[in-house]
Amino acid sequence: MNAEPLWEVFVRSRRGLSHIHVGSLHAPDAEMALRNARDVYTRRQEGVSIWVVPAASITASSPDEKDSFFDPAGDKVYRHPTFYDIPDEVRHL
Amino acid sequence: MDSTVTDLPEAEFQALVDADSRIEPRDWMPDDYRRSLVRQIAQHAHSEIIGMQPEGNWITRAPSLRRKAILMAKVQDEAGHGMYLYAAAETLGVSRDELLDLLHAGKQKYSSIFNYPTLIWADMGAIGWLVDGAAITNQVPLCRCSYGPYARAMVRICKEESFHQRQGYESLLTLSRGTPEQKAMAQDALDRWWYPSLAMFGPPDAESTHTSKSMAWGIKRFSNDELRQKFVDMTVPQSEVLALTIPDPELRWNAERGHYDFTAPDWDELRRVISGDGPCNRQRMEHRVRAHNEGAWVREAAAAFAAKRTTGSRAAA
Amino acid sequence: MIGTWDDRSTAATPLAPLVEYTLGLGDDALVLAQRLGEWIASGPQIEEDMALANIGLDLLGQARALLSYAGELEGAGRDEDALAYLRDERDFRNLQIVERPNGDFAVTMARQLAFAAYQYELYGRLKTSADTTLAAVAAKAVKEVAYHRDHATRWILRLGGGTDESHRRMQAGLESIWPYVGEMFDPEPAVAELAASGVAVDPTTLREPWAAYVDGVVAEATLELPEPRFHGRGGRRGLHTEAMGYLLAEMQHLHRAHPGATW
Repeated sequence: MNAEPLWEVFVRSRRGLSHIHVGSLHAPDAEMALRNARDVYTRRQEGVSIWVVPAASITASSPDEKDSFFDPAGDKVYRHPTFYDIPDEVRHL
Repeated sequence: MDSTVTDLPEAEFQALVDADSRIEPRDWMPDDYRRSLVRQIAQHAHSEIIGMQPEGNWITRAPSLRRKAILMAKVQDEAGHGMYLYAAAETLGVSRDELLDLLHAGKQKYSSIFNYPTLIWADMGAIGWLVDGAAITNQVPLCRCSYGPYARAMVRICKEESFHQRQGYESLLTLSRGTPEQKAMAQDALDRWWYPSLAMFGPPDAESTHTSKSMAWGIKRFSNDELRQKFVDMTVPQSEVLALTIPDPELRWNAERGHYDFTAPDWDELRRVISGDGPCNRQRMEHRVRAHNEGAWVREAAAAFAAKRTTGSRAAA
Repeated sequence: MIGTWDDRSTAATPLAPLVEYTLGLGDDALVLAQRLGEWIASGPQIEEDMALANIGLDLLGQARALLSYAGELEGAGRDEDALAYLRDERDFRNLQIVERPNGDFAVTMARQLAFAAYQYELYGRLKTSADTTLAAVAAKAVKEVAYHRDHATRWILRLGGGTDESHRRMQAGLESIWPYVGEMFDPEPAVAELAASGVAVDPTTLREPWAAYVDGVVAEATLELPEPRFHGRGGRRGLHTEAMGYLLAEMQHLHRAHPGATW
């Protein structure tokens, strides 16, 4: 089986912010990489800009990275823990 | 060259770990550290993928559209978690393909909890509450693991996992407050998933062989027994709100210790299930291998198409 | 041609035209979501488990919105679950194409291409419906199905142009789905008035733009457009294929086993 190339994924979650590295994925080509990145890293959050870059194209120096993650998509109400009616007296949820 | 030059990367590595800083993919690291991490991260990833089966099982039979949607979203998240984790493992110099080969050959494992069957709808709630609850207890400390890509994947996963636990608990709450049949379902699920969930934390500390090195390397922060106790302490009060009975007659609050006393799971059962004699081991692997093999022609087509485009040749009829 | 065997059969329980119409669109989405749910944990790679779950969730969301609305319009106290779980085969108004068994990945992608391209044209026009609820559902859905159509297209191109095996399977996939394409564009007498008043979309108007897109994809994928002689029809009148009974049995059993229960 052929190994699919590795792509690094960068996402800009809102206008005014810059693209942030969120992770990597495998895909056979750029079009599929972009679509997979959308599915995995943005869960259909709108207004998001995604870059996918072949990992092989990246030239690195010594790592000194800061990382950020962004919240799951806003349109899926049931993704947010606060959506569930859990009685107040239940702790640790 | 004197010996301190070759000692330097090791000392630097340990200094970073001791300072609670992060080791990143291009840093020097001991071979054992790399190997341990590959194994741990890969097995974590395999668990997410295999875990999609016992839950995915009930998507087509969910008893309301809302529950169907919640379950689809949960199982989808698990696919995503698997992907984050395989990606993290790959930063250590292995490919996902190699890791899957090891899984399919039985040379790498997945969490033994998924070798138990999901027999009734209430098992969905029990898995969310107990299995994800145990996973979260295990995973929160990993957010501070010394290896950067793993720690970052865990932060993302923990955020998504809290939704899973709440939805499971809410589902059981609805059942326990429902019809007598529903309440019985919820109790039955708890009866079957309680001890396997306790076993998720691994064998007792006295029997755990790898712990001290993992702790020195900042991969493991708390012992199996510590995490297991923490899980029990959090979960018992939650069961009281559910008005369901944990199947442990010895379970009681110990004021002196400030913790719950509880019966340990059957360690023989854990050993047997881990080594392949659980109710669903064979089935889970057959399903996984079948999906992989039946999908081979699809993956090959995608690769062939990409290769053709790269070389500029037109697709042949 | 409509066969004589189903000519004699009328829709099981006639409902008001707008209810019928809304149920039809909602059932399409519900039944296809159910089929896609079967793929989860069985996809050719994890990325496809993810993508198909995404598509299934979008469709389920469309189904819930449309079924809820149909229930409101009907005014008989039926909510989305009552409609999804308590109707029998002859009361479902989905097209036959969505209930077709998944088959292999190529069959599923063929079904996705045909149906997502149909929904794209449908919702693209329905978003200006005179009915504000349908317009709102369509406005959201058209963005989702644009992605569904794109996803299917990517795969048709790759499977058609990939290997000999994938090409063969993709052609076979098209052959198995195409007998169910015609029904998507059949005239619906009950809908005619609604279409005239700008509430509904006349399905016959969708064939041309649909074909312009789909024919292009099939050709680019170096595949041949099937010319089926049999055409499955009758879904909108509650006449389904044998697959429908099994699909509903699996989907509805647990809910029906506990009448009145809350989940």
